[in-house]
Amino acid sequence: MSASSLPKTPEEVRQSAAAADNRRRRKARSAPRQWRRRGLMLAYIVFVLLPIYWLLNMSFQSNTEILGGLTLWPQDFTVEHYAKILTSSSWYMGYINSITYVLMNMLISIVVALPAAYAFSRYQFIGDKHLFFWLLTNLMAPPAVFLLPYFQLYYTVGLFDTHVAVALAHCLFNIPLAVWILEGFMSGVPKEIDETAFIDGYSFPRFFVKIFIPMISSGIGVTLFFLFMFSWVELLLASTLTSTGAQPIASVMTQTKGASGIDWGTLAAAGTLTILPGIVVVYFVRNHIAKGFALGRT
Amino acid sequence: MNKVYNNRAWWLILPMLLLVAFSAVIPLMTVVNYSVQDVFDAHTRFFTGTEWFKEMLNDPALQAAVLRQFAFSLTILAIEVPLGIGIALIMPKKGWQASAALILVTMPLLIPWNVVGSIWQIFTRGDIGLMGWSLRELGYGYNITANPVDAWATIILMDVWHWTSLIALLCYSGLRSIPDAYYQAARIDRASKWAVFRYIQLPKLTNVLVIGVLLRFMHSFMIYAEPFVLTGGGPGNSTTFLSQSLTTMAIGQQDLGPSAAFSLIYFLIILLVTWVFYTAIMNMQKDNNKGA
Repeated sequence: MSASSLPKTPEEVRQSAAAADNRRRRKARSAPRQWRRRGLMLAYIVFVLLPIYWLLNMSFQSNTEILGGLTLWPQDFTVEHYAKILTSSSWYMGYINSITYVLMNMLISIVVALPAAYAFSRYQFIGDKHLFFWLLTNLMAPPAVFLLPYFQLYYTVGLFDTHVAVALAHCLFNIPLAVWILEGFMSGVPKEIDETAFIDGYSFPRFFVKIFIPMISSGIGVTLFFLFMFSWVELLLASTLTSTGAQPIASVMTQTKGASGIDWGTLAAAGTLTILPGIVVVYFVRNHIAKGFALGRT
Repeated sequence: MNKVYNNRAWWLILPMLLLVAFSAVIPLMTVVNYSVQDVFDAHTRFFTGTEWFKEMLNDPALQAAVLRQFAFSLTILAIEVPLGIGIALIMPKKGWQASAALILVTMPLLIPWNVVGSIWQIFTRGDIGLMGWSLRELGYGYNITANPVDAWATIILMDVWHWTSLIALLCYSGLRSIPDAYYQAARIDRASKWAVFRYIQLPKLTNVLVIGVLLRFMHSFMIYAEPFVLTGGGPGNSTTFLSQSLTTMAIGQQDLGPSAAFSLIYFLIILLVTWVFYTAIMNMQKDNNKGA
């Protein structure tokens, strides 16, 4: 019976009335629920953004305004703090140094992690499980534990205060992380593809570069995002292994503590600028990021 | 997936192994070396055996730091895991709103850790911070430099702000992998919202939740920069966590032997907890493979 035809028997009348009633009730119930959902989501986003907004607000105020009293938005809008950072080389070199070692670390990590992840996802070999666990333990190693030995090691081999030192030190946790994520993505690619390629006469390196890497490109993108993230946010090792030549932005920021108190405006502006690269990077991987956060294992 | 047994796979691992060994094994050996010696200068050192370990294990300050550390890690896990699941459930699923929500929620994760400390320092100051000022205006004598309870609450709030997103994003990706057919079947059965969550969504989330709890536990156990910038470990020692005690001892006081012994104990605690999690993950994957 179609819904539009008129009900004939009392039984049908009752049924169609009940159905219409149900529809109405569901509509009435789900609309407030939708709004409650949105309201809660909005509340969380406000909670996330409020401290960041406050930082932004401070960065556009002059120091006299900051200390003069609480203002919810900049009264005399100024970009003096940004101008100071972008024109003084001691400041902007901090950003360049940070980005340099992050990029170096991403390159090193991904190059050595790709074949290793392939081996873990495709082959069984002596000690594979133990090796994998050992790798994970490096992910857990607190940087504070390695602080002193790193300092001495890199000093001895003459790498202290170079970008390479920080890039290599960050490999401690970034390589295991890359292997872990990539292994998840690679295990999602059916093994038949490898076998077919080898039957077709592809050599291993050619297969790996020409066929396999393009197939997991989104996984590689996500991995690079994570490598960026963890190298960018880590500061304890980065500031211990450098002094003036390769100083990361985090150590430069301690300059704002002067004899006359903290230069709040500049601190806020510098902090705001450290958030920007992250936003740029997350924009590129936004469609894959959810899967990447589950390390390719959903 | 059936894996082929082939020991030549070691060649693929080798470059990675050398690099990680350089940055992990050599420094760790140095730590072990220091932990059993008393170092005066480059040429004078004595073998002490397990003395430093005994001393560290009986040090009341460190015992207190360990307890604080566990209290902190368990508290933030208890808040962040349920909250993260909740956020994942209400996040928009498609359209521009989904992208926008994803980017906004991810933001705190991409801020350098000392900047997170600075953000909250600015945000919570009584004179210039929005939160500190508001609380004072409301009549509460909020002061993180004098009141340990305020300091603790602020650090926990900061950590929730910083890391709940990680759990939320993990769960969001877990939820997205549930086929629509499951929800349709639930609707036909007239399952309640709770039943859908309990029997469809939660089982799918266990996998990602284990990863999330593992990552959160590790990172919270290593927390250093944020409380260091925000409270400097104070008032008193009330927010001094393990990493900070260790750094003060190793860099500040240059006590090589004791701090090395402390490092090893610290590392072993993390290793033990991680091993439990790892075994859990591996067993879960085994069960999944059997089911498939």
